[in-house]
Amino acid sequence: MEIKVLGPGCANCHKMEEMAKMAVQELGINVDVVKITDIGQIAMHGILSTPGLIINGKIKHSGKPLPSIEKVKELIKAEV
Amino acid sequence: MLKSFADTIVYSVFGMAQGSRLSDALDFFIYDTIKIFLLLSVIIFVVSVIRSYFPPERTKRILSHKREFIGNILAALLGIVTPFCSCSAVPLFIGFIEAGVPLGVTFSFLISSPMVNEVAVVLLWGLFGWKIALIYMATGLFVAIVAGMIIGKLKLEKWVEEYVYKIHSLGIAQEIAKQKFKERLVSARWSTVDILKRVWLYVVTAIGIGGFIHGYVPEDFLVRYAGPQNPFGVPLAVALGVPLYSNAAGVIPIVYALMEKGMSMGTVLAFMMAVTALSLPEMIILRKVLKIKLLAVFVGIMTITIIGVGYLFNAIL
Repeated sequence: MEIKVLGPGCANCHKMEEMAKMAVQELGINVDVVKITDIGQIAMHGILSTPGLIINGKIKHSGKPLPSIEKVKELIKAEV
Repeated sequence: MLKSFADTIVYSVFGMAQGSRLSDALDFFIYDTIKIFLLLSVIIFVVSVIRSYFPPERTKRILSHKREFIGNILAALLGIVTPFCSCSAVPLFIGFIEAGVPLGVTFSFLISSPMVNEVAVVLLWGLFGWKIALIYMATGLFVAIVAGMIIGKLKLEKWVEEYVYKIHSLGIAQEIAKQKFKERLVSARWSTVDILKRVWLYVVTAIGIGGFIHGYVPEDFLVRYAGPQNPFGVPLAVALGVPLYSNAAGVIPIVYALMEKGMSMGTVLAFMMAVTALSLPEMIILRKVLKIKLLAVFVGIMTITIIGVGYLFNAIL
């Protein structure tokens, strides 16, 4: 399983990363959350508004408002 | 109804005498504050719901391979309803270009988005009336369309940083679940609170200026320097506005004070556009994808168009 958080480093991007890590921990699965901050890389992944969340090569969220932690858990659970 | 509520607070609850300068100012302040925050809340909420139907990905698809002119008009209009923050300007720019959105069309979007938005329009409406709000919106769109078209016509694609053209989408699938209407409403409420939190202080300041400083500085204070008779008023206001950085809400207190003290409408609108559409931080962000020459052309075209708009409105308003 692969979880990527994409964002250049704005406040919401950090929040998204923390949420993804927390969700993984609470679900008790052993996956690293990869943070992508390079603008070119972000664009290549097809994210137009940050932060983006990609799970198993599929864009699950992009932009504001951020999803709730429950929603993030749901998105991850659906891909386990 | 709002008026009588403000009257009750000032004259009955505070027990102030009617007709004094202070009580009138306070009455006006309470009335205006409630009116503008009601307007802001309702309109931001409605726009946020509409926005949820126009994520940038969709706007990109709509604008991809569009012809110039039609494309520029569409891009300027979509700039109003597509949520966009300057922190995402670079991925958005690359994403648009990569998807085949013409350069000039991309610029129309980038110009209109921060300049013409619901916060600017509501504040102008609440403080200066709906005509001024409508004029600002129409001219903002006009500037975005014209500036984008000129950039398109000049064929400046070579002045975009080369790496932008080397980025190719990995073709990652979009699997963002479609929001139910109820979820859109919840998100819209969140956005409304988020925006209000960021702008309330500026708005209260603007209304405060209107209510309290009103009587203390002569009303024609600025007429000599920036009235319609001074031909250098518009370029001067634009030159001052370009390096200033603010969103529409932040510039409103200044704009209100300038208007109160006799600056003419065209000059004020030009100043507000220069502040919101051109800013140093935005230039620094855009420098990541644009060569310095294109950045200079962009600033030049925008400055000239905005000055033109200022003169036009000083002449006809």
